[in-house]
Amino acid sequence: MPKTSGFDAHLTRLDGPLPAWQAVVDHTAWRAGCASCRADGGHLASLWGTDARHAGKGFLVHALLAWTGRLVWLSTQAGDTALHYPDISDLFPAAARLQRAMTDLLGLACVSADTRPWLRHGAWSATDFPLRDDFMTATASEAPYPFVRVAGEGVHEIAVGPIHAGIIESGHFRFSVVGDDVLRLESRLGYLHKGVEKALGALPPAQAVRLAGRICGDSTVAYALAYAMAVEALDGYTVAPRAQALRALLLERERIANHLGDIGAICGDGGLAFGQAQFGLLKEHWLQAQQPLFGHRYLMDTITVGGVACDLGAADAAAMTAQCHELANALHELEEIISDHAGLQERFLGTGRVTAEQVEQYDGVGLIARAAGVRRDLRLEFPHAPYADLPVEDTRHPVGDVAARVALRFAEIHAALRLICRILATLPEGPLATAPGTARRTCALGGAEGWRGEVFVTLERHAAGGPHRVHVHDPSWQNWPLLELAALDGLVPDFPLINKSFNLAYSGHDL
Amino acid sequence: MRKLIKRILATGLPTLPLPALPARMADTDAVTAFRAQVGRAIAVRHVDAGSCNACELEIHAANNIYYNLARLGVHFVASPRHADVLLVTGPVSRHMVNALHDAYAAMPAPKLVLAFGDCAAGCGVHCANYATVGRVADVIPVDITLPGCPPTPLALVDALHRLASAKTAPD
Repeated sequence: MPKTSGFDAHLTRLDGPLPAWQAVVDHTAWRAGCASCRADGGHLASLWGTDARHAGKGFLVHALLAWTGRLVWLSTQAGDTALHYPDISDLFPAAARLQRAMTDLLGLACVSADTRPWLRHGAWSATDFPLRDDFMTATASEAPYPFVRVAGEGVHEIAVGPIHAGIIESGHFRFSVVGDDVLRLESRLGYLHKGVEKALGALPPAQAVRLAGRICGDSTVAYALAYAMAVEALDGYTVAPRAQALRALLLERERIANHLGDIGAICGDGGLAFGQAQFGLLKEHWLQAQQPLFGHRYLMDTITVGGVACDLGAADAAAMTAQCHELANALHELEEIISDHAGLQERFLGTGRVTAEQVEQYDGVGLIARAAGVRRDLRLEFPHAPYADLPVEDTRHPVGDVAARVALRFAEIHAALRLICRILATLPEGPLATAPGTARRTCALGGAEGWRGEVFVTLERHAAGGPHRVHVHDPSWQNWPLLELAALDGLVPDFPLINKSFNLAYSGHDL
Repeated sequence: MRKLIKRILATGLPTLPLPALPARMADTDAVTAFRAQVGRAIAVRHVDAGSCNACELEIHAANNIYYNLARLGVHFVASPRHADVLLVTGPVSRHMVNALHDAYAAMPAPKLVLAFGDCAAGCGVHCANYATVGRVADVIPVDITLPGCPPTPLALVDALHRLASAKTAPD
C-alpha cells in the first residue's frame, strides 16, 4: 500500500502495467484522500462519474490521483437522492471543469463556486443526462453562456470562435482587454463534443480501439494505446515483448511528428516563414516514411487490443535508424538558426510564461509542466512496460515561456530519436498479438505519455457480460487553465503565438 | 543569416510536380457553374465541425512546401465572407450546427462546400447520436465529398486543382 500522509483506506492493486491502486470509500475519506494527495505534492490526473445502478452501486464518482509514485483511483458513491459528492476544486483547481462536465453528463453535483454548464451547450437540456443508462433522447435547449465580466473603465471584450481565423479546431476564447493588454482570458469548450464515451461503451473492444484512436487524431497512438492497455488489464492479456517495444516506438514517432509540426507552426506565428517551411518539410518526410511501414501517415489503427498491427523487418529497422540520425543532424542545424534569429527570439523570450508554482497549483501536466521545470512524465514517474526498461530522459526546461516550450520540443525530439534507435537495436523477437487470458476484472486503467502529456482510459465492468463504462482523459483538461494564465498581462497579438506553443487538444478534451 | 541562406540553398525545390488533372468526375451543375465563373485564385474557409483533428493535420500538410497548395492560386481565408469554398471536416457535432450554418450563410455566391473526410461524408467512426448530427450534407448542401480517414493532402490538391482549372478536365 502506498505511503501517504493521513490516509489509511485499504487500496487494492489493479492489474496492468501501470502502478495503479484502487479503493471505494465514503465521502469523508474520499475528500481526505484528495487532500492528502495534494499535501504530498501529487496531482489530480482525472475526475469522472459512472452510472453503476445496474450493479446496485448507484452513481460512482472517481478521482484518479497521481500520488507518490502510484496512481490511486479513489471512488465514492454519490448520495442516493440528491446525487451529491464532495467538492474538490478548492484542492485541485483543475477539478472545477471536470465537476461541471460530470453534472452535464450524469447529473451528479457538488456545492462549488462555478455551476455553469461546461460540455453541455444546447444539444441536450439540464434534465437530460447522456451517460445514464436510462437516457433515451435529448431535448435541445439553447441558453446564453454567462462569461465572467471584467468591470472597469476602458475594458472591452474580444470574442473569438468557435470558428477561428486559421485551420484550427473549434472553441471559443473571450478576452477582456484594455487596449492591447489582456486582463482576463476565459475559454469555452465543448463545441466538438461527440458523445464518444457513450459510443465506446457500446462497441466491442476490437472496434472501440479504432474509435479511441480517432478521439484526438494527432494523438491516435497514445489514445489507442491507453484504451488497449485498459482492455488488456480488464481481460487478462499478456502483451508480448515485441509488441510492447513496437508500441513505444510508435508513441515516440508520434511525439516527433507533432513536435516537428509545432516548432514549424510556432516559427510561422513568430514571423519566420523559413522555419515553418523547413519543419513542415521535415514532418512531411517523417509522415511519408510511416505510410509504407505502418500503413498510415499518422499511425492510425497500428495499436490493437492485445498487440500491434504492424511489424518491422531488419532492413526497415536499419533504414529507420539512418532516418533518425539524418533528422537529428538537420535539427542541430535548424536549432542553431532559430536560436540565433534575434527577431524570432524577441517574440519567444518571456512571452506567455507559466511558473512552476502555477503548474503545481493547477495540476499542469505533460510538455507544458516540463517546460516550466516540473517533472510530469508518466514514463518516468510511473514506470511501466515497455518504458521501465528504456532509458527515458528527464527533459525539462526551467523558464516556462514560449522559448522554453520550443527548446523543450527540440530536446524531446532528440530524446525520442535516441529511444527509437535503442528500441530498434534491442527489438525482441516474438509474436505481435496475444489472446485474452482467463482473468476478468471489474476495473482497469490504461495510460500513455502522449506528446501533450498523460492520456488515461479507465474501464469498468461491474457485472459479467454487463456494459462497459469507458472514461477517457486528455491532459489538456489540466493545461487549458494554464493557457489562460499564460495569456494574462500579455498583449492580444501575442496570444496566437502563446496558444500555438501550448497546442492543446479541443476534440480530445470535448470528446 | 549565412547559415539560414545556406540551408535555403541546400533545400532546393522540394515541391512535388503538379499531378495531371484527375480524371473527370460527373460535375454537378453548381460545380460546373463555379468553375466557369471563379477560375483560379480560389479562397477557402475551413470549418472544423467536429473533427478529431486528423483532417486538419492533412489540410495543413497540403499547405506545406511539398504539396504547396498555394501554387494553384488557392489560399485559406479568415472570414467566410471572403471565401469561395467552405472546407468542412468532422461529423457535424450538434454544438457546431449553428456556427456551420452561419459560416455558410456568410459566403457570397457562387459558393461550394467540400466535405473533407469520412466523418464529414457520413461514413466515419463517429456516428449520429445525442451529440452528433452526422454527415455535413444533413446540415448544409455539399458539392464535393473527399473520403478518407483522413483524406490525403494530394486528394485535396487534386480536388482544388480541378476547381481552379477553367479548362475541362480530360475524360
